[in-house]
Amino acid sequence: MKKLDRKQMAARVAQDIPEGAYVNLGIGLPTLVADCLPQGREIILHSENGVLGVGPKPAEGSEDPDLVNAGKQPVTLLPGGSYFHHADSFAMIRGRHLDYAVLGAFQVSAAGDLANWHTGEPDAIPAVGGAMDLAVGAKQVIVMMEHLSKDGKSKLVERCSYPLTGARCVNRVYTDLAVIDIKPDGLHLVEIVADLSFDELQRLNGVALKYKAAA
Amino acid sequence: MIDKIFPTPEAALADVPDGASVMISGFGGAGMPSELIDCLIAQGARELTVINNNAGNADTGLAALIGAGRVRKVICSFPRQADSWHFDKFYRAGKLELELVPQGTLAERIRAAGAGIGGFYTPTAFGTRLAEGKETRHLNGRDYVLELPIHADYALIKADRADRWGNLTYRKTARNFGPIMAAAARCTVVQVRETVELGALDPELVVTPGIFVKRVVRLAPMRRAA
Repeated sequence: MKKLDRKQMAARVAQDIPEGAYVNLGIGLPTLVADCLPQGREIILHSENGVLGVGPKPAEGSEDPDLVNAGKQPVTLLPGGSYFHHADSFAMIRGRHLDYAVLGAFQVSAAGDLANWHTGEPDAIPAVGGAMDLAVGAKQVIVMMEHLSKDGKSKLVERCSYPLTGARCVNRVYTDLAVIDIKPDGLHLVEIVADLSFDELQRLNGVALKYKAAA
Repeated sequence: MIDKIFPTPEAALADVPDGASVMISGFGGAGMPSELIDCLIAQGARELTVINNNAGNADTGLAALIGAGRVRKVICSFPRQADSWHFDKFYRAGKLELELVPQGTLAERIRAAGAGIGGFYTPTAFGTRLAEGKETRHLNGRDYVLELPIHADYALIKADRADRWGNLTYRKTARNFGPIMAAAARCTVVQVRETVELGALDPELVVTPGIFVKRVVRLAPMRRAA
C-alpha cells in the first residue's frame, strides 16, 4: 500500500475545502493544510488568538512578534484580514460561524468522540488551549491524523481510552490510509489509498467500517 | 483634569498587595507586558493568582514572575510548552496550583466579569473531565456547562497607544486578551509604546475606551531575544 505522507494528507484535506470557507487549522499537523490550499480558491483562515485572513509565513527577517498564529508561529495578514480580541475570536468558534476546524487527534471513536488534549498519564501536565471550543463550535469538525499509533494500534476506536476533548463532535477523519465519514450509524469509508484492500483496512481499523461502492 | 498617565511603572504598581489576583495579557509573547511584569517582580508582591492564557515562556515576563516564586495559582488554558520550564518546576514541586480552563471559556469568563454577567452556559467541555462537578443544563437540544466569571484585582496589559483618558489602541495579534481583561479588573494598568494628545486617537478606532483603564505607563519595549 502507498501510505500518504504528511504533506499528501494535508493536500488531500485541502482539496475538499470549498471556495469561501472560513477555516481554523488548529496547531501541529493540520497547519500543513495552509500551504496546500488550491490556487484560485478564496479560503479565509482563522486563528483563535485573534486573526482572520492569515497569510503565509513571512520571509526570514521580516517576522513580527506581534503577528503570530495559535501555534505562536510568525504569520502574515492577507489584504482584507482583521484582528479582534479573544472573546470575539471564540464567539466565532463557539457561535458556529466557522465552516471547518481541522484538528489532530490521539483517538477518535466510532461515535465521533475526540481525544486530542491529554494522554491521561498522572504526571503529565495538562494543556487544553482552544481544542474543546473548536470541537463543539465548528460546523464541520475534521480530524487529520495517522491511522495507526506508533505501536501499530488503530487510532479509530470503539471508545476512546484517552480523556475526551469533545463528545460526538467529529464529522470526518482523514488519515494516511483512508478518508472516513462518521455518521449516526457508524463509520463510512469514503476513500482508500492505492494498493490497500477494504478487507486489509478493516483488519487494521479495529472498528467496523461501512462501504457503499459508487453506483 | 483627568490624567491616567503615570510617570513610572513603579508608581503604577506600588499598591499591588500580597495575595492579589492579577490578569496578565498576552498570548505567548505577543501582547505580554514584560516590562510591567519586571516591575512587579521588583515590587515584591507574593502569593499572587495569575490569569493568562499560558504559564510563561522561557525566562522573561510571566515565566520570570513564576520563577521568582511570586505566584501561588495560575488560571490558564495552555501551561505546558517546550519552554515553560519555570511553571513545570513549581507545578511538579507542588508549589503552584493550576486551574485549567478551555481557552474560549477562559476568554468568556473574563468577558463576563467585565460585563457584569453572573455566569453563562457553554457547550465547551461538556462530557469531559474539565466539566466534572459543574452544573449542566440541556437547552434547546444541546448540553451546556455553567461557567462563572473571573474577576481580578489588577490587570496588567500591553497596548500600543494611549491618551490621558486611557483610551487604547493595540497592535495586530498583541490585542488578544487586552480589551476583555481591561474591563474585568478593578485596577487596569496599561503599558503602551506611545502616549498621544487627547483627540489624536481616531474615536472610530479606539478599541478599549478609557472607562476600563485606571493607569497608563509609557514604556519603550526592550528588544528581547526570541
